Amino acid sequence: MIQACGLRKNYGTTVALDGVDLHVREGEIYGVLGRSGAGKSTLLRCVNLLERPTAGTVRVAGQDLTALGDAELNRARQRIGMIHQHFALLSSRTVAGNVSFPLEAMGVPRAERERRVGELLELVGLGGRGKDRPHQLSGGQKQRVGIARALAGNPSVLLSDEATSALDPATTESVLGLLKRLNAELGLTILLITHEMNVVKSVCDSVAIMSGGRIEESGTIADLVRTPDSRLTREIFPLPEPAPAGSVTLTFTGDPGRPGASQPVVSDVVRKFDVDLSILGGSIEELSAGAVGRLRVALDGQERSAALAYLRDSGLIVEVAGEAA
Amino acid sequence: MTWEEIVPLLGPATLETAQMVGWSAVFTLLFGLPLGVALVAFDRDGLRPLLALRSGLGFVVNVGRSLPFIVLMIAIIPFTRLVVGTTIGTAAFVVPLTVGAVPFYARLVETALREVGADVVQAAQAMGASRTTIVRKVLLPEALPGLVAGLTVTVVALIGYSAMAGTLGGGGLGDLAVRYGYQRFETSLMIVTVVLLLIIVQLLQSLGDAVARRLSHK
Repeated sequence: MIQACGLRKNYGTTVALDGVDLHVREGEIYGVLGRSGAGKSTLLRCVNLLERPTAGTVRVAGQDLTALGDAELNRARQRIGMIHQHFALLSSRTVAGNVSFPLEAMGVPRAERERRVGELLELVGLGGRGKDRPHQLSGGQKQRVGIARALAGNPSVLLSDEATSALDPATTESVLGLLKRLNAELGLTILLITHEMNVVKSVCDSVAIMSGGRIEESGTIADLVRTPDSRLTREIFPLPEPAPAGSVTLTFTGDPGRPGASQPVVSDVVRKFDVDLSILGGSIEELSAGAVGRLRVALDGQERSAALAYLRDSGLIVEVAGEAA
Repeated sequence: MTWEEIVPLLGPATLETAQMVGWSAVFTLLFGLPLGVALVAFDRDGLRPLLALRSGLGFVVNVGRSLPFIVLMIAIIPFTRLVVGTTIGTAAFVVPLTVGAVPFYARLVETALREVGADVVQAAQAMGASRTTIVRKVLLPEALPGLVAGLTVTVVALIGYSAMAGTLGGGGLGDLAVRYGYQRFETSLMIVTVVLLLIIVQLLQSLGDAVARRLSHK
C-alpha cells in the first residue's frame, strides 16, 4: 500500500533520511519506532510529500507521488489521512467545521458534507459534539476530531504523527483502540510513528526501528519476536546483559502450535529431569501477535543437556550464554 | 469661543475626519491585506516561496514605512493628482493616507498571519487543500482576531495622520485644532478638540478589542 524506495532527505549538510526503504502492506498497522531525531517524522512527512525527499520515490496505493504535479498531488493527498501530535485543529471553526474542512477542499456539496460530518463524528464517538469549539474538548476528544477529519475523504491510508504522545496513558489506550477498530472495520492501512514501545506493542502488526536516519530493523512483530537477538525483542523484554555464562534464555514466541508463555513447560522440565532451575529474570507481554515472553534461568544438574533438548523440542527458542544458539 | 461658536465648527470637522479615516481604512484593508498575505505566502517557508518577489515587496513596504508621513504626503502629490484629479480637499487626502497606512497594515497582517501555527497549515496541506483554500479558509480565519486588532491600531494611526490634512486643505478635527487652537490662540476649542479625539480613539480601541476578543476561540 505504501512503498518508499531509497528515500534520502538532506537539510543543508544534515542528513535526516539516509536511504530508507519502507513497505507497508494493505490493511496492516505499521509502526516506526525511534528516538527524537531518528528521522521518523521526516520519513512520515515524505510519505505524503509534506517534505519532498532529496532522492527516492514514494508510492501510495500504486501511485508514484513524487512524479505528480501540484493539483494531482492535492487530489492524492485527499485520499491519505493524517493525524498530528498536537491535533492541528482550526480554532476558528467548530468541531463539525473542522471535520468539514477536507470535504470543502474536495468540493463536496453542502448537504453531502453535513451528512458525512455527522457520520464521521458518530464513528469516532463524538456524536452531538459538532457545535463545540476545539478548546472545549479534552486532548483525547481533540484527537478523535483529528481522526474524524482524517477519514473524511475515505482514505485508504492513515498517517499518524505521534498521535498519542501528548495524551495520558488511559486516553492513549482509548485512541489506540479506536485506530485498531478503524483498521479492522474499514480495512484502513495505518502508518504510525512513535517513540513509545507501548504503542508498538499494543497495536502494530509490523515495525521498523529507526536510528540516525536509517531503518535498523524491520518486519512483522511476530517474526521479530521469534528472532531472539532482534533489537525489538531486547527492547520489549529487557534482560540484564550480558547474560551470565551458562545461563539459559528461553523465548516463548506465542505462535500457534508452540507453547505460549502461560503453559507449564518450565515446571514440566523440573518434574521430568533431574535439574535445578532458578529464575534470573523475565517478562511476558500480551502483544497483538499473542502472549510472548522471555525468561532467563540458571539450569544445573546431571540431566541439563536432556532438559535443554526437551525445551527445544517443546518449541521454545533456547539460547545458552557462551554457546552459539 | 463659546459653545455656540464651537459646535457648528466641530460637526463638519468630525464628519470630515470620519470620511477621510473611513475611506482610507477601507482602501488600506483592500490593499494592505493582500500585501500582508503576499509577504507571508512568498517567503522562504511560505505557501509559494518566490524570494525575488518577496524581497521586492518587502523593500517597497520598508520604503513606505520609513518616510515620515508629511514627507510622503508631499512626495506623492503627482500620484494623488493622477488618482483623484486634484490635490486639495478631503477626497485628495485619502490617497496619501492610504499610501501611508497600507505598508503599516501589511506588516501587522504579516505578523498576525505568522502567529497561525505551522502545524495547522501543514495539516491543511496534508488534506490536499490548495493554496488559495489555505489562505481563505485557514490563514485568514485563524488570524482574524489579530487582523482586527491590527486594523484598530491602523485606524488610530490614520486619525493621527489625518491631523495633517489641513496642510493640503483637507479639513477635519486636526486641521480645526491647528487653525483655531494654535494659530488663533483659541484654547477652549483646542481643549474640546483634544477631548473629542481622545474619546473617539478610546471608543474605537475598545470596540476593536471587543471584536477581537469575540472572534478569538483559544
